[in-house]
Amino acid sequence: MKLERRVEEGVGSRLPKSPTGIRGLDEITQGGLPAGRSTLVCGNAGCGKTLLSMEFLVHGAREYSEPGVFLGFEETVEDLAANVASLGFDLKGLMAEGKLVVDHVYIERSEIEETGAYDLEGLFVRLGHAIDTIGARRVVLDTLEALFSGLPNPHILRAELRRLFRWLKQRGVTAVITGESGASTLTRYGIEEYVSDCVIVLDHRVAEQVSTRRLHVMKYRGSLHGTNEYPFMIDEHGIVVLPVTSLGLEHEGLEERIPTGVSQLDAMLGGEGYYRGSSVLVSGTAGTGKTSIAAHFADATCRRGERCLYFLFEESSSQFLRNMRSIGLDLKPWSGQGLLRFYAARPTLYGLEGHLATALKEINAFDPSVVIVDPISAFQGSGRPTEVKAMLIRLVDYLKSRGITMLLTNLTSAATAIEHTEVEISSLIDTWLLLREIELSGERNRGLYVIKSRGTAHSNQIREFLLTDNGVQLVEAYVGLEGVLTGSARLAQEAREQAQVLELEQELERSQASLERKRRSLESQLETLRSELAANEAESERLLRQREERHERLAGYRSAMERSRRVDHDVDEETR
Amino acid sequence: MTDPVHAFEEMLAQSDEGKYKLRLYVTGHTPQSNRAVENLKKLCEARLKDRYELTVVDLFQEPERAKGDQIVAAPTLIKELPLPLRRLIGDLSDTNRVLLALDIKTEEG
Repeated sequence: MKLERRVEEGVGSRLPKSPTGIRGLDEITQGGLPAGRSTLVCGNAGCGKTLLSMEFLVHGAREYSEPGVFLGFEETVEDLAANVASLGFDLKGLMAEGKLVVDHVYIERSEIEETGAYDLEGLFVRLGHAIDTIGARRVVLDTLEALFSGLPNPHILRAELRRLFRWLKQRGVTAVITGESGASTLTRYGIEEYVSDCVIVLDHRVAEQVSTRRLHVMKYRGSLHGTNEYPFMIDEHGIVVLPVTSLGLEHEGLEERIPTGVSQLDAMLGGEGYYRGSSVLVSGTAGTGKTSIAAHFADATCRRGERCLYFLFEESSSQFLRNMRSIGLDLKPWSGQGLLRFYAARPTLYGLEGHLATALKEINAFDPSVVIVDPISAFQGSGRPTEVKAMLIRLVDYLKSRGITMLLTNLTSAATAIEHTEVEISSLIDTWLLLREIELSGERNRGLYVIKSRGTAHSNQIREFLLTDNGVQLVEAYVGLEGVLTGSARLAQEAREQAQVLELEQELERSQASLERKRRSLESQLETLRSELAANEAESERLLRQREERHERLAGYRSAMERSRRVDHDVDEETR
Repeated sequence: MTDPVHAFEEMLAQSDEGKYKLRLYVTGHTPQSNRAVENLKKLCEARLKDRYELTVVDLFQEPERAKGDQIVAAPTLIKELPLPLRRLIGDLSDTNRVLLALDIKTEEG
């Protein structure tokens, strides 16, 4: 889609352009090759010149209704047709439909004798006739320089080639001329001097047993173009020039957050997980659980019903599934439901550009919302660090431009600084988790830090990282006066703390019991006192009653006495 | 010395195998084309009298022949017979080379 838009822009700009239909090339050239002019495509043997030019014709004929003529000096029509049939190009069919003419120019030097002045009018007639037959708009001459080895008298040839290019321009066809690299010149016979509009250099080198193809638009008169060397590859659909999608940083930051699959990790990242469309790096030494973190993320993605593409560069998918089952993550159902796709390959299978192109193709085909690359360190052997970095930048950029969240794992070797990523891509990374071993009291435990997380409040603490039967668990590491404790040291410390607590509780219990006892004894004392008091009260009452009884008795006595001593009584009363 | 060769040539002249089958491809009436036709006719009359068959093809008139007969340079003379097939390019002004290429002894004369 992007490609088409660019193509249109290109056509609309000053210089009319003829789209090649080759993935990526039209972006670099901002629309294609200069229409009505000649483009030189040069490079060493086997660099893909013929294929590039043939694709230009086939796409022209099929997609842009521009018929084309292929004048080949090296391969027969049968060979050419057979060579590109595997890419889905039906040359014979296009020829039958009148959209393509393929002509093999056969020159056998040993049959030829020069007997005087000659010109290339025969070739002109031949080409002109082919162009007229199908109304061709595109012409390929592959490899024109074969004329120099086939025909005598280079002076004549040079003059004639100059005339040929003028003639092509007059005919208004868009031409691609291929040439083989010379020792000090772009082409063996220096024909670049006749082609002044556009020069594309292809290169195929093998470094450290890994082959890399590159394309470079060396010159493009009157047009802006990408000037870098771009890696390209040849896959089953032909040439792919690797994406040049973001020459700038244009991707928008998405606000949405997506869970990491480990709730404690979500909590460490401000409670919500990674940003959608961000890049996450999980680095650590061997066996620290990078893949497990990645697998959790994959699981969480599929659980939301989103698609996840998982690149495995160190183990097969079945091995991976088995290993993840051992920590309680069964990812097989997701892969069965088409939510999880694996792409497993040895890093040395292709060159870097091959991997990148394959990755992009897989991404385009599967349209995932999450891409996991496990591990990126596997690419170290495939190129120089700068090349690996360039490839990863392209990958990261591409994914960001599409809003795809990516998680990369990186194996750090124990010999280097732990924060060092072998391919030095930390600056590309939004969230960086570091898994490290903590060696303490004779055991190794895993710890997890969040080194950085752009745009999120994140925990600065180390968490102990446990691989359990139920997946990854993050445990708050013991942080105390004695430093960070993990594993059995943490357990011991926790046990010590528990013992302390127990002791305290027991003491409390003890003091409570003694209090109770005291209370009870006081209460019983109180009871005694109370009963004493009651006894006292009863006694005093008794005394009171006694006294009254005595009074009554006395009164009784007295009255009895009075009755008996009547007089006395009167006397008494009188005396009173 | 010359006798056996002469005898051989005479023998050839009588058989079909000794016949020269030549085709000359030219492009219209350019000076080069005209020179080539002239040079060839002269030579054939002088050296191959009665044992050659010459066709002149004007590519401007029959452009499709260029592809069919693998013509690149003009003028081109193809010696189809006797074998081996040879292609002579240019205006055929270098007589020695033409004779050599056509397998006609130069010493003869």
